[in-house]
Amino acid sequence: MHPAPSVIFFTTFSGLGFGLLAWLGIGTPEVTGWTAFAFFAIAYLMAVGGLLASTFHLGRPERAIKAFTQWRSSWLSREAWCAVGALTLMGLYGAGLVFFETRFGLLGILGALLSLATVFTTSMIYTQLKTIPRWNMAITPFKFLSLSIAGGALLAGQVQAAIILLLIAGGIQAATWVMGDKALTGSGTTLGTATGLGQNGSVRAFEPPHTGTNYLLKEFVHVIGRKHAAKLRMISIILMVVLPIVLLLLPFSHFLAVLALASHVAGVLTARWLFFAQAEHVVGLYYGKR
Amino acid sequence: MTTLPQQTEKKLGLVIDLDTCVGCHACVISCKGWNTENYGAPLSDQNAYGADNNGTFLNRVHSYEVQPEAGAAQLIHFPKSCLHCEDAPCVTVCPTGASYKRVEDGIVLVNETDCIGCGLCAWACPYGARELDQAEGVMKKCTLCVDRIYNENLPEEDRQPACVRTCPAGARHFGDLGDPDSDVSQLVAERGGMDLMPEQGTKPVNKYLPPRPKDTLPDAGVEFDVLAPFLEPVADEPKGFLSWLDKTLEKL
Ligand code: SF4
Ligand code: SF4
Ligand code: SF4
Repeated sequence: MHPAPSVIFFTTFSGLGFGLLAWLGIGTPEVTGWTAFAFFAIAYLMAVGGLLASTFHLGRPERAIKAFTQWRSSWLSREAWCAVGALTLMGLYGAGLVFFETRFGLLGILGALLSLATVFTTSMIYTQLKTIPRWNMAITPFKFLSLSIAGGALLAGQVQAAIILLLIAGGIQAATWVMGDKALTGSGTTLGTATGLGQNGSVRAFEPPHTGTNYLLKEFVHVIGRKHAAKLRMISIILMVVLPIVLLLLPFSHFLAVLALASHVAGVLTARWLFFAQAEHVVGLYYGKR
Repeated sequence: MTTLPQQTEKKLGLVIDLDTCVGCHACVISCKGWNTENYGAPLSDQNAYGADNNGTFLNRVHSYEVQPEAGAAQLIHFPKSCLHCEDAPCVTVCPTGASYKRVEDGIVLVNETDCIGCGLCAWACPYGARELDQAEGVMKKCTLCVDRIYNENLPEEDRQPACVRTCPAGARHFGDLGDPDSDVSQLVAERGGMDLMPEQGTKPVNKYLPPRPKDTLPDAGVEFDVLAPFLEPVADEPKGFLSWLDKTLEKL
């Protein structure tokens, strides 16, 4: 799949933003007034910024409002509802904390649940696609959720929790790589089944239908950079999990905490790039590529 | 609505004969021509006369080499357009309701005034049957020429998809695959029509007829020349003027 920067930024930052909102919703850390304002501002910047970035890849962003209509069948539509619901409830909850120094507990819990539901619906947009076996795995939503909660803990300054959650998220991330590498083969889809010609012999793509490129090849058949995948995986896991944990274990300072966060974000961005760049869409088979 | 209908009254679709397709791409061109002038936005091209040209097509023809375990390889031309799947994943993923399957005939269409161009339906289609138009920003796909097949302004014989009408080899057939007595259903039954990527669970309506095995040559050693009988001399002895000419020239 083409690793479009808009989608990489969207999934990374909205994941972090909604993760932080979930922590704030359950009242960890317990903040009010201007401190609460700062926390909420960061969370909204990330969540809303991510959502806005995602509209950049639309062909017709001016009609985006129509995406609310098909929640019965479409995960993308459900994501839109969850995001708006979470941002509204958490906005009210945040206003209570900032302006009235009051914590509306139930509102916060509901907001936290909706924030996590947003991350879950995002992950389901990818998980549901049978066409991309590497994403079509039950573990995919766990990866998105665990990363969001761990990143949220980091942002919320929950050092103890962050260390444990980062380890869990890192483990799940590594597992998706191991499982994902076998996914396309495991799906049983080959050029033979794609053309139905497999029963007649071994099939080879002889001549493509067009000499130039097209939307399909640009969007779905991204093979550049895959050869560095192993190295990038190491780099991303070090930045995402190992380095932040080491920095958190050192005697606490705000500078180190910010460094840990920056490292984590860079690691997630790298992993997200790989998530797209390494994903093989079965349509590539028709072109003799994967 | 992007929930799929439980059942459709008809299952209109195409049957594509991989045995007869000669790979001329005429269907590609007629499809582009008809659909640029009719249903929805035109199928745009980008940088059509430059080095890095590309454009939107609803139908494309691949070519594959099939090497059997023994014997000569076969070259198969492989036209591919939307298969109007019964369990169309491209419909259910759509957030706006722009992508839908018609209850009356099972045709899968995009309502271009609702489409936000998110591309998710193209991600969900295993066959690469949808292309996002780069000029219009909306999703384009085969309409099964819905604006021809019911079009009473066209002469009767033209009320079929442009690609079917144009194919010089008769490799594309159009009809109701939900009716077991239709010509297309009969053809599928007779020739063992197959689904593409059945494991994806899309239940395509379009079927592909597998190529027949190649003719085999008679035993090695026996000279085989199909034209030889036609090249036998018709008359052994020239007669009339030719006979006189022959004899005269001989004497010189
Ligand atoms: S071929 Fe692709 S676009 Fe057509 S109905 Fe099936 S999944 Fe949808
Ligand atoms: S590109 Fe258009 S038709 Fe396809 S899923 Fe998005 S809104 Fe629906
Ligand atoms: S049925 Fe019409 S739109 Fe579909 S491939 Fe044929 S010519 Fe193109």
